[in-house]
Amino acid sequence: MKSAEEIFNILKENFNDNIKELVKQPVDPYILCDPLKINEISLFLLSNEGLLFDNLMNLSGVDDANGMSTTTGSITTIEGGTLSVYYHMESTKFRHKVVLRVSTPREKPEASSVALVWRSADWHEREAFDLLGINFLNHPDLRRILMPYDWEAGYPLRKDYANPEFYHGMKVPY
Amino acid sequence: MAIKTEEMVLNMGPQHPSTHGVLRLELILEGEIIQKVTPHIGYLHRCFEKHCEAMTYPQIIPYTDRMDYLAAMYNEFGYVIGVEKLLGIQVPERVEYIRVIMGELQRIASHLVAIGTYGADIGAMTPFLFAFRDREVILNLFEITCGARMLYNYIWVGGLSHDLHPDFVRLTREFITYFRPKIVEMNELLTTNRIFIERTANVGILPLETAINFGITGPMLRGSGFKWDLRKDDTYSVYNRFDFNIPIGEGKVGTVGDCWDRYYVRILEMGESLRLIEQALDQLPEGNVTSAIPKRIKPPVGSVYTRVENPRGELGYFIISNGTTSPFRVKVRGPSFVNLGIMDVLCKNHMVADVIAILGSVDIVLGEVDR
Repeated sequence: MKSAEEIFNILKENFNDNIKELVKQPVDPYILCDPLKINEISLFLLSNEGLLFDNLMNLSGVDDANGMSTTTGSITTIEGGTLSVYYHMESTKFRHKVVLRVSTPREKPEASSVALVWRSADWHEREAFDLLGINFLNHPDLRRILMPYDWEAGYPLRKDYANPEFYHGMKVPY
Repeated sequence: MAIKTEEMVLNMGPQHPSTHGVLRLELILEGEIIQKVTPHIGYLHRCFEKHCEAMTYPQIIPYTDRMDYLAAMYNEFGYVIGVEKLLGIQVPERVEYIRVIMGELQRIASHLVAIGTYGADIGAMTPFLFAFRDREVILNLFEITCGARMLYNYIWVGGLSHDLHPDFVRLTREFITYFRPKIVEMNELLTTNRIFIERTANVGILPLETAINFGITGPMLRGSGFKWDLRKDDTYSVYNRFDFNIPIGEGKVGTVGDCWDRYYVRILEMGESLRLIEQALDQLPEGNVTSAIPKRIKPPVGSVYTRVENPRGELGYFIISNGTTSPFRVKVRGPSFVNLGIMDVLCKNHMVADVIAILGSVDIVLGEVDR
């Protein structure tokens, strides 16, 4: 059973600059990583003898809404800032847990996919793509999952999302 | 002369009695053999997570009920544990015990639906009626407790909406004595039924490594032979004070991890839940269930991931607080959502009729898959 600090140090040794910092907070400290290297980091976490993170509990996309926000009338737009993905994983053998976080620019949100490391990430990543528009590189089947396949009004979980007026001729706020 | 063959695409659902809601499975068939299954979900999507960002913490509780509507108590349970962790508050002992009792009653009710409808899917109508008759008793217990039969809004942050009804303890004990023989009856009626075994044993075998890699949890994972239950392995509330077993699939009539194992784990779990309720009733302390409810719920900045053992598996809530009265982000890790992702692996090279047996053994609730 390893603490977050120990896991952070192991990762730092192996991935140097791709591991940014260990962010401490009252519950669940998290490790900030490079979004384009997250697949390699994940594979390391899964296959390293002393870590064996075999279960990805959860993967969540988050709109950090930390850019410039401008409001005109009822429409808010956010420019700049980041979108983030949180990875919660645990080892069923050693019973330790860790949280990773990657942040990717809002204009070009890209992170490498971990769907081939943990197959459970497949649908979670599709959901993050669907609701936040985060593009997971090398994902085997990146399609919308919860929203209709032809939804063109954007990504609902972004903080500056506005409902379209019509969808296929039906009024949306009915 | 060569016979012309080609793959056939068959849509199962969205309106199909065995999909337990609006789920569409796109089956690619070669003759009667499944080549590929693609689940299409989202027909019930109402963006629960977006709603959360506009509501205060207590207002979200009734919404969590509506995700997994067959295990609403447990959804509330998981959510309030998350918020309490963010707030850093302790709840009175009595509250914890009542939560455990409600959670376990809910587990039995939910498993009864799973078992009953599973029988009905496969063609046995009687077990369905038997299961619903027994579930009715549990719903009556919930009704005298909080007035609602399915969507309770009973477990609140820091406490409960009401204390127990004066008759609750007596009626629950009566239920336990009433229900124990019913499990035996269900075993005689369905579990050991020859036709049922033929339909479910050696069907949809889920190997353990695959299950873990796909993030499968709950009775499905235990059916594959892995002793993993968050009530013991990542204990919460007061579960560490009780003595109970974790049943696992042993391949009694087929192979470990087949549909029958997943079904039988649920049967055994009902017995364990009865034991848990009995112990909790014996130890139930006195106290005030509303005293610890905070007047104003405004957690400090931070994030938390909590998980509980829902009847279907690991129900996780990832809550980010930005220091205001509404959460910045709530992400729900629904067990049905994750478990459904494995349909393709389970169904491959099986017959069309087996899809129904496999889907029933996964036990999904579409309200939670789609959120």
